[in-house]
Amino acid sequence: MITKRIIPCLDVKNGRVVKGVNFEGLSDVSSPVELAAYYSECGADELVFYDITASAEGRRLFTDVLTEVASKVFIPLTVGGGINTLEDFDRVLKCGADKVSVNTGAIRNPSLIYEAAKRYGDQCVVLSADVKRVDGVFRVFAKGGRENTGMDALEWIRRGVESGAGEIVVNSIDTDGVKQGFDLEMLRAVCDIVSVPVIASGGAGKIDDFVKLFKEIPCVDAGLAASIFHFREVAIPDLKKTLAESGIPMRI
Amino acid sequence: MIAIVDYGVGNLFSLKSSLLAIGAEAKVTGDADEIRSAEKIILPGVGAFEDAARKLREGGLAEVVVSEARAGKPVLGICLGMQMLFERSYEYGEHEGLGLIPGEVRPIADVIPKGLKIPHIGWNALDFGGVTSPIFKHIKEGDCVYFVHSYYAANCDEYVIARSEYGAPLTAAVARDNVFGCQFHPEKSGKVGLGILRAFCEMENTK
Repeated sequence: MITKRIIPCLDVKNGRVVKGVNFEGLSDVSSPVELAAYYSECGADELVFYDITASAEGRRLFTDVLTEVASKVFIPLTVGGGINTLEDFDRVLKCGADKVSVNTGAIRNPSLIYEAAKRYGDQCVVLSADVKRVDGVFRVFAKGGRENTGMDALEWIRRGVESGAGEIVVNSIDTDGVKQGFDLEMLRAVCDIVSVPVIASGGAGKIDDFVKLFKEIPCVDAGLAASIFHFREVAIPDLKKTLAESGIPMRI
Repeated sequence: MIAIVDYGVGNLFSLKSSLLAIGAEAKVTGDADEIRSAEKIILPGVGAFEDAARKLREGGLAEVVVSEARAGKPVLGICLGMQMLFERSYEYGEHEGLGLIPGEVRPIADVIPKGLKIPHIGWNALDFGGVTSPIFKHIKEGDCVYFVHSYYAANCDEYVIARSEYGAPLTAAVARDNVFGCQFHPEKSGKVGLGILRAFCEMENTK
């Protein structure tokens, strides 16, 4: 039976891992290579790297870091942040990424998903959506959650899957950084409309939040979090053990 | 030296890195002479069967892999590289494979219950089904490996050395004498995957 995945997310700026609360107030945490090796050793099932650098110099640092991670850590790596063109896909895939996650780049140019899926395969293209409730409706936000696109999130995700996105990361801005649990209502709504793997992001604060996630929404495939792992508030071996004991299929 | 056959499909960075990490000497190459002189051959592959099989043939490398395998050199096919070891594939039509292992490649949609997601993507456990294979000597039954695939090897029971359950038992690994195949990605399967690659590196060349 396929196991549920636990995915630490590393936001990288100028070659270092940072994590914001509600996307603001970034603080330096650690070295991406060290953290990646540590997580792989702890049993993380996959790693996500978001490049939150804007400068060309920072981007070069990021690909250097990625290359180093990929030559030392042998679990699936997903890369996102600043992916706007097929050349960006190429750049990170060559450095050892297995999947590439698109967000604002796909909002600006929706054909990016289709073109990338055609060239690299659906399994390579992850659509990451930052979603927030506005007047009771799920809306897609761009630019790291700062800009309301006005688009209906469910419609956007459905179209993304139709275009070839092989996996969806649903990041709830409403629950992100709050540590009161995943946005189950939002995740259920997304699971109802797509048939590709769904990765839950935003809101995990403790082990129980993951248990609740996988118990209440069995079609969610993975749980993603950042700071609770980086600051050792939740240890991945304990998390996976508890999940396995709760009857959730886990790779131990 | 282990030759990682480069025929223009897929990214071989992780595969090469994983072999270096276990101390093996590996080279990504599309050169027929280099592949012939290598001690072992790894046939990787991602993407569509038809396109990959055509590229492998056009470059003349299909012949090299087949003749070296028949002569007893250890060969490991990974993912689409494993699928190409079989006689044929029914991925968008019917396409001829290398024919090193009897059997064929079919859509997993044919055998798994409706409602399960395709591709079969993620970590799944290996079931050896009572078979012992030297390629698994460093790992144990129940260990998880990383899969990404929409097609599987069928009608090859005699050569199956591991299966994984995804609504149906899907072929996870095959072996026929010195020819091995993994549907999953050992280079992305953490320590277990490295253990499988290490066992392959330790194989005797029967050539």
